[in-house]
Amino acid sequence: MTADHPGPPRPAPPATPAPGSGGEPFARGAAGDHVRGPAAPPGRGNPHPYETHPYETHPHETHPARPAANRTAPGHAPPPTEPVAHSAPGAYRPPARALAPLRETGRLFALAATVARDMFRRPFQFREFVEQFWFVASVTILPAALVSIPFGAVIALQVGSLTQQLGAQSFTGGASVLAVIQQASPLIVALLIAGAGGSAICADLGSRKIREELDAMEVMGVSPVQRLVVPRVLATMLVAVLLNGMVSVVGTLGGYFFNVIMQDGTPGAYLASFSALAQLPDLWISEIKALIFGFLAGIVAAHRGLNPRGGPKGVGDAVNQSVVITFLLLFFVNMVLTALYLQLVPAKGA
Amino acid sequence: MGTEVVVEGLTKSFGKQNVWQDVSLTLPAGEVSVMLGPSGTGKTVFLKSIIGLLKPERGRVLIDGVDMVNSPERDIYETRKLFGLMFQDGALFGSMSLFDNIAFPLREHTRKKESEIRRIVMERMEMVGLVGAEGKLPGEISGGMRKRAGLARALVLDPQIILCDEPDSGLDPVRTAYLSQLLIDLNAQIDATMLIVTHNLDIAATVPDNMGMLFRRNLVTFGPREVLLTSDEPVVAQFLSGRREGPIGMSEEKDAATLAREQRTPAPYAPRTLAPQLEPSPGLPSRAAVPRRRERVLALLPGLPEPARAAILRSYAPAGPPAGTVGGPVGGPVGGPVNGAVGGAAS
Ligand SMILES: Nc1ncnc2c1ncn2[C@@H]1O[C@H](COP(=O)(O)OP(=O)(O)O)[C@@H](O)[C@H]1O
Ligand SMILES: [Mg+2]
Repeated sequence: MTADHPGPPRPAPPATPAPGSGGEPFARGAAGDHVRGPAAPPGRGNPHPYETHPYETHPHETHPARPAANRTAPGHAPPPTEPVAHSAPGAYRPPARALAPLRETGRLFALAATVARDMFRRPFQFREFVEQFWFVASVTILPAALVSIPFGAVIALQVGSLTQQLGAQSFTGGASVLAVIQQASPLIVALLIAGAGGSAICADLGSRKIREELDAMEVMGVSPVQRLVVPRVLATMLVAVLLNGMVSVVGTLGGYFFNVIMQDGTPGAYLASFSALAQLPDLWISEIKALIFGFLAGIVAAHRGLNPRGGPKGVGDAVNQSVVITFLLLFFVNMVLTALYLQLVPAKGA
Repeated sequence: MGTEVVVEGLTKSFGKQNVWQDVSLTLPAGEVSVMLGPSGTGKTVFLKSIIGLLKPERGRVLIDGVDMVNSPERDIYETRKLFGLMFQDGALFGSMSLFDNIAFPLREHTRKKESEIRRIVMERMEMVGLVGAEGKLPGEISGGMRKRAGLARALVLDPQIILCDEPDSGLDPVRTAYLSQLLIDLNAQIDATMLIVTHNLDIAATVPDNMGMLFRRNLVTFGPREVLLTSDEPVVAQFLSGRREGPIGMSEEKDAATLAREQRTPAPYAPRTLAPQLEPSPGLPSRAAVPRRRERVLALLPGLPEPARAAILRSYAPAGPPAGTVGGPVGGPVGGPVNGAVGGAAS
């Protein structure tokens, strides 16, 4: 049924200029294959049992299959499940499944690099930045404040009871404040930004993507990364830094309150130990962590939002993934940063 | 004048699924081309590949020397400013009013004053019949209006290449007829290269200078409209007559048994008559592409199949001798605009 399929109209050979000269509006190649391609080998059967279309054995398709056949032993029919059999002719093969996580990681880094570069590209989307800053701040400030008081208290109580066991009550203040500032505060901020701000950013970008708004933007020569992602990432970074300051203060106050009221600590000892153990770099590392975490939360949210898989459901999945991925990354990066800091910056009085 | 688009050996797959392969064609500068194809044959993918949104794994798309597949992103972004793309669903920005949507490219790429922007936007909205809806959000209007707004946005920067993805879907027959006329008028006014992807037979019969068809992962043919419209290729004939008998089935391709059964009782296709191409509305300049196409097609003539040759000669009959002497307007019912610009053939 396929061999006598009449060929499409073709210009006579002399009328065909050299490829690339642009003088020939007719289809080349595609139509030509029809004649050049070998007839389907008899008895070879349908090489794609997973495909129901009988046309798979059409000469159009057997032609591109040849390179695949060449890769197998000569005289061997391609195995029935030959995965590349009906992909494009030539060297192209779909990338291996196993590399998918690596590829995703690579794309995440590529996006991070693009965002970092585009931060300095004019025109800066100031309005979008302010809107996003306001939005992220408004959804994170209250939860952050509410979380930081009990969190500061828990740390103060735990550290307080531990120092009591060790007989070092006088150091409770310094120890708990350091724990709050260096660890608790940046993490609380980042988790809230990822959970409240990042998920909204991811959902917003994802629905724009499936509505083809982002494609439309690219077609109009406007980069969605520069226009939408950069302001969002900058907003999450700035909110993270500012919020980190707030959470540190609130958490420290909470710790102070609980230590002094509930554990009968003395205000003087609390403050004295603080100045004995803490130093300015502790505050810096806290803010640096917050900055990096904010960047991560923004980038991961944007990355998942820009690449939702298939339809509206994909957006929901993407939001979910973005929060989980951010959490995983945060704790890992926090570990690295903490280890580096403790190695590089000598502790006070050590 | 519009810009020529040269597509060479383009092949696109999603994972293991090959959409089409080895597609080569040239959209002659300033001419209107139509790409036909049953649903799901990758017409949208083709448009997006031309503009560089999707990256085919093989082949090139050359526009002014920039390869939209492999050139650096920076060049691709620059070249995209030559394009206007009308998306299948409009792809308007959901958070902006229609006015802001249509003004978006102007605000991004020009330093025009707000009053100037307003004038241009209102002019385009009037063109596509959207006056009065400028304050509405895309969520508040019908699908057909969204498409027309998408077209207006695509036109606002006077693009040299206009790509339309199924301009007719979601429009009633009357609006489709207006739209066909609008597309031809546009071509007369700005002489842009146009590619319209559709499966609407009225548009296919009356609008284009050139026509192609995608089917079964291949470009079946691409050439002057007469070639496709007179073709007796089963796929083309079936598609143009909109019948069930033929190689196209519900799920794109029929199985062998059905096809064999049909072939035993071949039903002849009714002879198709070649409808004349639309002319620009009165008062507009004549299309600059017409004489160019005429020159080009006449040069191609010896290589064309007999029915197409006859149809072309018939359509050009009143104008007399071939190439070079094309001064006046191309007479006759068929403004088979011809284009010499494409390539060596004409010179
Ligand atoms: N982003 C994508 N990922 C995977 N498959 C896709 C994607 N876009 C399109 N396809 C597939 O490509 C084929 C052609 O789609 P499309 O170009 O939309 O067809 P149409 O000719 O109706 O416009 C379809 O089978 C579709 O499933
Ligand atoms: Mg489509």
